[in-house]
Amino acid sequence: MQSTPLRDFIVGLFVLAGLSAVGYLAIQLGGASYGGETGMELVANFTEIGGLSERSPVTISGVRIGQVKRIELSADLDALVVFDVDPGIELPIDTSAAIRSAGLLGDQFVALEPGAEDELLKSGDALSFTENALNIEKLVGSLVHGADLGGE
Amino acid sequence: MRNSIESLGAASQTLVLELGRIAGFGTRIVGALLRPPYRLRRLVYEIYDVGVLSLPIICASAVVVGAVLGLQLHIVLANFGAEASLGQVVGLTLIRELGPVLTGLLVTGRAGSAMAAEIGVMNATEQLDGMKTLAMDPIDYVVGPKALAMLLAVPLLGCLFITFAIGGAWGVAVELRGMDSGVFLSGLETNVVFETDVLGSLLKDVVFAAIIALVATYRGFTSGRSAADVGRATTSTVVTASIWILLADFVVTAIWGF
Repeated sequence: MQSTPLRDFIVGLFVLAGLSAVGYLAIQLGGASYGGETGMELVANFTEIGGLSERSPVTISGVRIGQVKRIELSADLDALVVFDVDPGIELPIDTSAAIRSAGLLGDQFVALEPGAEDELLKSGDALSFTENALNIEKLVGSLVHGADLGGE
Repeated sequence: MRNSIESLGAASQTLVLELGRIAGFGTRIVGALLRPPYRLRRLVYEIYDVGVLSLPIICASAVVVGAVLGLQLHIVLANFGAEASLGQVVGLTLIRELGPVLTGLLVTGRAGSAMAAEIGVMNATEQLDGMKTLAMDPIDYVVGPKALAMLLAVPLLGCLFITFAIGGAWGVAVELRGMDSGVFLSGLETNVVFETDVLGSLLKDVVFAAIIALVATYRGFTSGRSAADVGRATTSTVVTASIWILLADFVVTAIWGF
């Protein structure tokens, strides 16, 4: 059992490689998944969020600009979705948020639709216009009981 | 009738005695590791033996396992138009189950067997007895560093396995099946959670490493002195450790409750 500098070096390399694999799994995959700037926190109220979860993406025109930070139940039993977006993006105060899904079975995400007002949203503001997640069971149900469709 | 009940009783007693001996052996290893001198040189040598020399088999198996997983699941998911979930399915399967379990089984075969054989031959050729006559504790000098090296190297190997397997799956999905790279990676990144998935994976690695280290060193240390005995100790290490790993996998999954 001779100790050689070469073997020590190789063992050191092995440990470094192993630790970087741990780091990759923990930080890149397990940690915050959105790599861009964050800092502006916006709140939106939904009555149905479907499969939206923490760390789901937030997009504008399909481009990722942030992620869902947490989901809470508000006092009047709505879903309160707090998300973190790039503070460098100027969002008008009449920006709307919709929950969409990528494909029929894909993950759900928050899609923002910028409005037309001149005034801009600040961190902590709530979005006034929201569109709930599409509930496929409800949709199919209303198709089956055709009378409910466009009845009102 | 009476005879068969007697043999059942005898077998149960042997099993319990054996478990007790293994537990006692484990506490002796821990005791030896906690007491100075800390044998760092020996530890580095053993990490080289267990970790570095296991790298080729771990990395090669990982890439192939990942590639097969990516290919199979992509074909099945495409039937449902759900290719977008591939990253999520591959990532969670590898991190929660396949990574730790396959790493454990591969390390058992590659390093655990060698460990048992080495200690068994040292026992058979009376090297361990020689150490005792020099007032050296073989558990402190031989067994401790080997066990600790196993405990340190397996989690690192497990994470390398998962990383390489994800690489393999990515290669097949993106290069071969024409899936979008961003969809694959974002499915992976959005759905893997550090607190449950990654920590659970590391916990499994540590548990499996402890099983391999304990079984391999115990079997080697208590092996008989003939060549056939050493061979039996090696075989028994692989069989026992593999079964324990699979059982422990179920128990950890049930308790950790992903």
